[in-house]
Amino acid sequence: MELRKNYFADERKDDLNEIGHSLQRSDVPNHVTGRTAFFADRTFPNLLHLKMVRSPHHHARIRSIDLSEAERHPGVVRILTSKDVPQNLYTILILIQVGPPDEHVLAEGKVRWKGEAVVAVLADSERAANEAAAKVKVDYEVLPAVFDMLEALKPGAPLVNEHHGQNYYRYDSGASRKVRFGDVEKGFAEADFVLEETYHSSPIEQAPTETTGCIVAPEGNDRFTCYTNTQAMFFTLDNASIILQMPGHKLHMVGGTAGGGFGGKVDVTVEPIAILAARLTGRPVSFIYSREEEMQISSPRAAETITIKDGVMKDGRIVARQVTGYTDAGAYSRHSPYGAQKGAAHYPGPYTIPNVWVDTWCVYTNRTPSSAMRGFGVTIADFALEVQMDKLARLIGMDPLEFRFINAYRDGDMKAHRQPTEGAALIECMQEASIAAGWPVAERFMKMSSKRREA
Amino acid sequence: MAKVPVQLTLNGTERAEFIDGGLTLLNALRDRFGDTSPKGGCHQGTCGACSVIVDGDLKLSCLTLAETCNGAHVETTAGLAADGIQHPLQRAFLDGFAAQCGFCTPGMIMAAKALLARVPNPSRDDVVEAISGNICRCTGYEPIIQAILSAARSNSQNAA
Ligand code: FES
Ligand code: FES
Repeated sequence: MELRKNYFADERKDDLNEIGHSLQRSDVPNHVTGRTAFFADRTFPNLLHLKMVRSPHHHARIRSIDLSEAERHPGVVRILTSKDVPQNLYTILILIQVGPPDEHVLAEGKVRWKGEAVVAVLADSERAANEAAAKVKVDYEVLPAVFDMLEALKPGAPLVNEHHGQNYYRYDSGASRKVRFGDVEKGFAEADFVLEETYHSSPIEQAPTETTGCIVAPEGNDRFTCYTNTQAMFFTLDNASIILQMPGHKLHMVGGTAGGGFGGKVDVTVEPIAILAARLTGRPVSFIYSREEEMQISSPRAAETITIKDGVMKDGRIVARQVTGYTDAGAYSRHSPYGAQKGAAHYPGPYTIPNVWVDTWCVYTNRTPSSAMRGFGVTIADFALEVQMDKLARLIGMDPLEFRFINAYRDGDMKAHRQPTEGAALIECMQEASIAAGWPVAERFMKMSSKRREA
Repeated sequence: MAKVPVQLTLNGTERAEFIDGGLTLLNALRDRFGDTSPKGGCHQGTCGACSVIVDGDLKLSCLTLAETCNGAHVETTAGLAADGIQHPLQRAFLDGFAAQCGFCTPGMIMAAKALLARVPNPSRDDVVEAISGNICRCTGYEPIIQAILSAARSNSQNAA
């Protein structure tokens, strides 16, 4: 690796101890010898296997559930329904005030997406659990479903989630997260060109090689150890504590080793029900998603629809930007209200634009609940923004890299969120990128600095 | 259900267990023989995390019935490091950042070992072909390919 020392030379100290040479990862020796203990590498005598019965419908009322045949299946030990869950209604980010609770651990009255957990079957073997799960009979009244965000926002659309009362998340700022800076209408009126484009993205599955799951062992005295591959240990602990109505000191979460996650393991979908099962049966319980469940059930990156309208001058300056972003939460909030909010903060991009107007919406549909995935809320935003930047450059006949130099933020610039820019390094990154990519830009851009504007 | 006796040599040690008929070799190794180095990423033959070597051939242990391995020699990544000395493949994976989360690693190393036993000096294409049944979601494969090539080089240097 080569360290370029010509940038910020007067600010940098050369006392770097770790950067610039290789370090061995502390966990690799056990990875290569097969000794790393993933949660599923622990076995316990008398282990029970949990299999979830899931909704085959996108939206339906549950008329009745008949467990009689499943209960008689050899090897079945217990079957759990919503009535068994002490606090069945929850939402994962409630302790950081992203409410209201809007999701059931096991479906109650209704299902809102295809794959929603309805009934949990516990059996002596995985095979018996699977066979018995197939014998659970749920009588559904199918309801109209909505899969498109803009359709869901129209009057008369089916209401996805009664806990919200409308098909979007209500922020303290209203129906959307807002950024208001300067006067976009004035900016558009002054602009030489105005370009409005809409960008769409689909849900993306994280697909870790190890599927989501946990194994719970009862420890006596109503204490439980939960071996989990969660990426969110404390959300898991506090949500399990709320759902089970048990103090946290009775729940010992053991984790930190995940066979990939990429955001797909930040929801709390397996631990509370598995701990409850262990508590009600007194036996260790394993709940591990099948590969099919990992692909279909675990929450993907949200679908997004983003409309960006920019006003640009012939000399390259963007003078106004208006963005409306929609994030498809699916049927439940999970992490999506937060993701949509991150988008609002992100849409001005690393550019200094004097007039900015942003609205981002978190919308409910009858799709699989979405949640975190690598940079959720900003990754798709960046895709849309940077495609838009290329289109704007083309529109005014300017080199796309030079166009970005003209608009790059510099230290001291006021950002649309009214935070002055500090520690900017975009110019220098682009200078280096220009050299590395063999994409030359005019000399004046190579002389620019993030520290100051040219006289 | 009637139990089936299975006797096999696991990483050089003779072992025997009574198992349920229909049990996969993967579950038998993990739950009955206590070797959790093969991983179950899909249990349907698509990820390669469960790869082991049976009588010299690379096998997906999730698609292999344990009862068909009676009398077989089964090798897994747990048996590679003899007396605590790492195998050249393990050394190369370690030095080359070829393992991130580590879940695919035991299967990758088995696929690589089976390749090097067949083709001691593989080309890059040979390596890509040999690990084409093993999914890695972390590394982007390049460090794994490089590690296998470098293990092959160090093997042939040692042999020379
Ligand atoms: S577990 Fe055998 S191929 Fe995936
Ligand atoms: S290192 Fe994580 S899947 Fe390969």
